[in-house]
Amino acid sequence: MAKQHVTTSVNGEEREFLCLPEQTMLEALREELNLTGTKEGCATGDCGACSILVDGTLVCSCLMLAAEAEGREVTTIEGIASGSDLHPLQQKFLEHAALQCGVCTPGFIVASKALLDEDPDPDETSIRYWLAGNLCRCTGYDKIVRAVQDAAVELRAE
Amino acid sequence: MNTSAGGYAYLAPSTLDEVAQALGGAATDGLRRQVLAGGTDLLVQMRSVDPGPRVFVDIKALEETNRIEISDESVFIGSAVSASRITHHQGLCELLPGLVEAVYLIGSTQIQGRATLVGNLCNASPAGDAIPALIANRAVCQVLGPGGAREVAVESFVVGVQKNDLAPEEFVVGVRMPRPSALTSDAYLRFIPRTEMDIAVAGAGVSVTLDDSGACTDARVSIGAVAPTALLVPSAAEALIGSVLDEQSLRKAGEACSEAAQPITDKRGTVEYRRKVVAVLCERAAAKAAERVRGQ
Repeated sequence: MAKQHVTTSVNGEEREFLCLPEQTMLEALREELNLTGTKEGCATGDCGACSILVDGTLVCSCLMLAAEAEGREVTTIEGIASGSDLHPLQQKFLEHAALQCGVCTPGFIVASKALLDEDPDPDETSIRYWLAGNLCRCTGYDKIVRAVQDAAVELRAE
Repeated sequence: MNTSAGGYAYLAPSTLDEVAQALGGAATDGLRRQVLAGGTDLLVQMRSVDPGPRVFVDIKALEETNRIEISDESVFIGSAVSASRITHHQGLCELLPGLVEAVYLIGSTQIQGRATLVGNLCNASPAGDAIPALIANRAVCQVLGPGGAREVAVESFVVGVQKNDLAPEEFVVGVRMPRPSALTSDAYLRFIPRTEMDIAVAGAGVSVTLDDSGACTDARVSIGAVAPTALLVPSAAEALIGSVLDEQSLRKAGEACSEAAQPITDKRGTVEYRRKVVAVLCERAAAKAAERVRGQ
């Protein structure tokens, strides 16, 4: 009885789910909607592994209640590629080996997409500041920054 | 009220009356209410220090709390307005660059997508970056509660470490400040040992008004992270007013900040260091605000 009924758009599809009032959006994505691409790192908003877009704005899904998704448009890592065609960011992360264990990668891709949606030609400093809320403990940031720069070039040419 | 097994419930009222009802309901059902805006402090605190049951009252569905309003006399920023809306708002960036730069320092891009200016204020951390910038701009909280509407100056709103002036059934609709004239501008500077994503060791927000000759006719100085609450420092403003913001008057204003500070020694800095740094920040913020007036 105390569960909340939520209707929301996830990756362009209308979805409905039930959640507890105290459940986070991250938990609802992973446990109610089986969208496990979004990762839990710290669960305190420090690492960015759980990054999603809500109405186009980059947020940590661990710091959002699932009930707050009512009527919103949510984009997760699963919504970045077009079918089996990888998004240029995903392709460039592979080409530049900008990932090792991969736990931070969905968050980095979603955050980078939000950046390139807003600024198609960011300089290195802007990329580093924008991604300061995404932590990677194995790859190092240089490869990630280069992948984002390269993806930006490709997206501008499209 | 239907709660989960853990004792939680979620309400998203869409009018001020409904918020009042939602918050007032605690008197009949005995369940604790908590206002939810950006949630970036609330959810972290819920997971770490205070996991207790509560009814979330989400205030993001209201027209009033989402408003950014710039009139001839004043600027209003609603309590549901996120940091990213503020940093992307051209009018605010032009009129209140110091407040905007303070908001831009709060957390990561992700945090700024949700965190609100008013949430930074209500959370009442001694190091909250937005608070000195609000005080420097004479911001006033618009509070609504069972007793009706009331206004509280930001410098009186924060009453202690993580303590604000709100009664249990009250909430903040937004903050209002006078619209800066063409000869007024502001700046906020903080010191952190890294370049991004850290908590202030010390901070200073300054607003200055110059006349046509470049003399300072009005000023407000506020310092953060060097006392249990952000402080308004009238003696620092007095050192600036009447001067042309030369080196000597800037230094006097800085010294006034060092004297007003009541810092503690912790992992971020010592008492001596904070007193010294807050003076430098005040001097530089005053000079930066003046530079902005001259550039307008």
